[in-house]
Amino acid sequence: MSTLTATWDWLADPAHWSGDNGVWHRLLQHLLLTVVCLVLSCLIALPVALVLGHLGRGGALAVNISNVGRAVPTFAVLVLLLLTPVGNWGEGPTVVALVLFAVPPLLTNAYVGMREVDRGVVQAARGMGMTGRQLMFHVELPLSLPLLMNGVRIAAVQLVATATIAALAGGGGLGRIITAGFNLASTPQVVAGALLVAVFALLVESGFEIAERLGPAWARGGR
Amino acid sequence: MTAAPDDCLARNEWICGAYLSSRRGILLDAVVQHLQLTALAVLIGLAVAVPLAVLARRWGWAAGPVLALTTILYTIPSLAMFSLLLPLYGLSATLVVAGLVLYSLTLLVRNLLAGLRAVPEETRQAARGLGYGPIRLLLTVELPLALPAAMAGLRIATVSAVSLVTVGAIVGYGGLGNLVYAGMNTYFKAQVLTASVLCVLIAIAADLLLLGVQRLITPWTRAAGA
Repeated sequence: MSTLTATWDWLADPAHWSGDNGVWHRLLQHLLLTVVCLVLSCLIALPVALVLGHLGRGGALAVNISNVGRAVPTFAVLVLLLLTPVGNWGEGPTVVALVLFAVPPLLTNAYVGMREVDRGVVQAARGMGMTGRQLMFHVELPLSLPLLMNGVRIAAVQLVATATIAALAGGGGLGRIITAGFNLASTPQVVAGALLVAVFALLVESGFEIAERLGPAWARGGR
Repeated sequence: MTAAPDDCLARNEWICGAYLSSRRGILLDAVVQHLQLTALAVLIGLAVAVPLAVLARRWGWAAGPVLALTTILYTIPSLAMFSLLLPLYGLSATLVVAGLVLYSLTLLVRNLLAGLRAVPEETRQAARGLGYGPIRLLLTVELPLALPAAMAGLRIATVSAVSLVTVGAIVGYGGLGNLVYAGMNTYFKAQVLTASVLCVLIAIAADLLLLGVQRLITPWTRAAGA
């Protein structure tokens, strides 16, 4: 019980919320890292997935790369990047590692979504004289949106989690509050930081859940 | 004054044979710790997941809360999970294992439940007609038929656990992660690369091993394809 009250006291102290090491600054860093990396990963993964899905090629490769990605420890990749020239550009290692691990789920989900579009619908569109480009943007892309958005959601939650590990390798974000707590041997600070990160991750997850419910009916996945 | 030896360790190269031979003991200890933490976490996860999945299958109302709870656990970032359990277990290997167990639960429960639900109703009725009781039905019909889906979940859970153990370095029980962490602070390139590569090799070996086990214990899935 004493840990809980000590954690509450840590969180209630306004001094812990302000300044460069404060909660607000770290939260902003975490949010910024997540958003920038999510946008970058989407810019890389989605065009590739759309073209591959439209052509119906390279899917097995994308899925295999995605599976192998699970075996590679994010933390180790972060440290490896830190020791290369990438380590000299501020948040460079964090951004590169985050994007590297966010691309596979985006790619596979969008690809599978494109491939699962009913072949009859595709043939009907072709029969109506649609060109390949019209078919891709007016038929295949809208119909694959539920799976594509599921990939974005997985990538977003994963980015929030990975941005936390980045603090172990000198990156910014909420994870820094936890690592600083370990260095100070302050259990209340470690637990407070962990609670903040967990709440942030859950908020992102539920934000996507709500957006999915409110979205247009055809964009809702039958999950 | 003696000059520093001019070998790959002194030059701090990424790939270094001298590192492998001189630190064999340290590497071996880290690999053993890595394997122990992973195996313990996956086995405990399995021991908790099987009853949870069976209960959720038996009583439909239990499925929603069980799935929701394990999904929430999975959403919590690993560093935060280890930190949240800190007051309970302190700086110990138990802390790392407990965190990994909670992660493996989502994947295991979800896949087991999907496997159990996919058992055809006719099959279950046929077994009942042959006079099978609920326990015998579960052990000899339902669980074996759920094996392929369960093994798929087990493989993903194991591979993820191998890579997540590294984060345990924050409390000093991260197996190969400890070497990566120490190598980061001293810019010891050979140590970081060697430990990372070993980690990936362990994950791939574990996945192949489980794939072999899966083929051995589910011979009927191959007969259908051949």
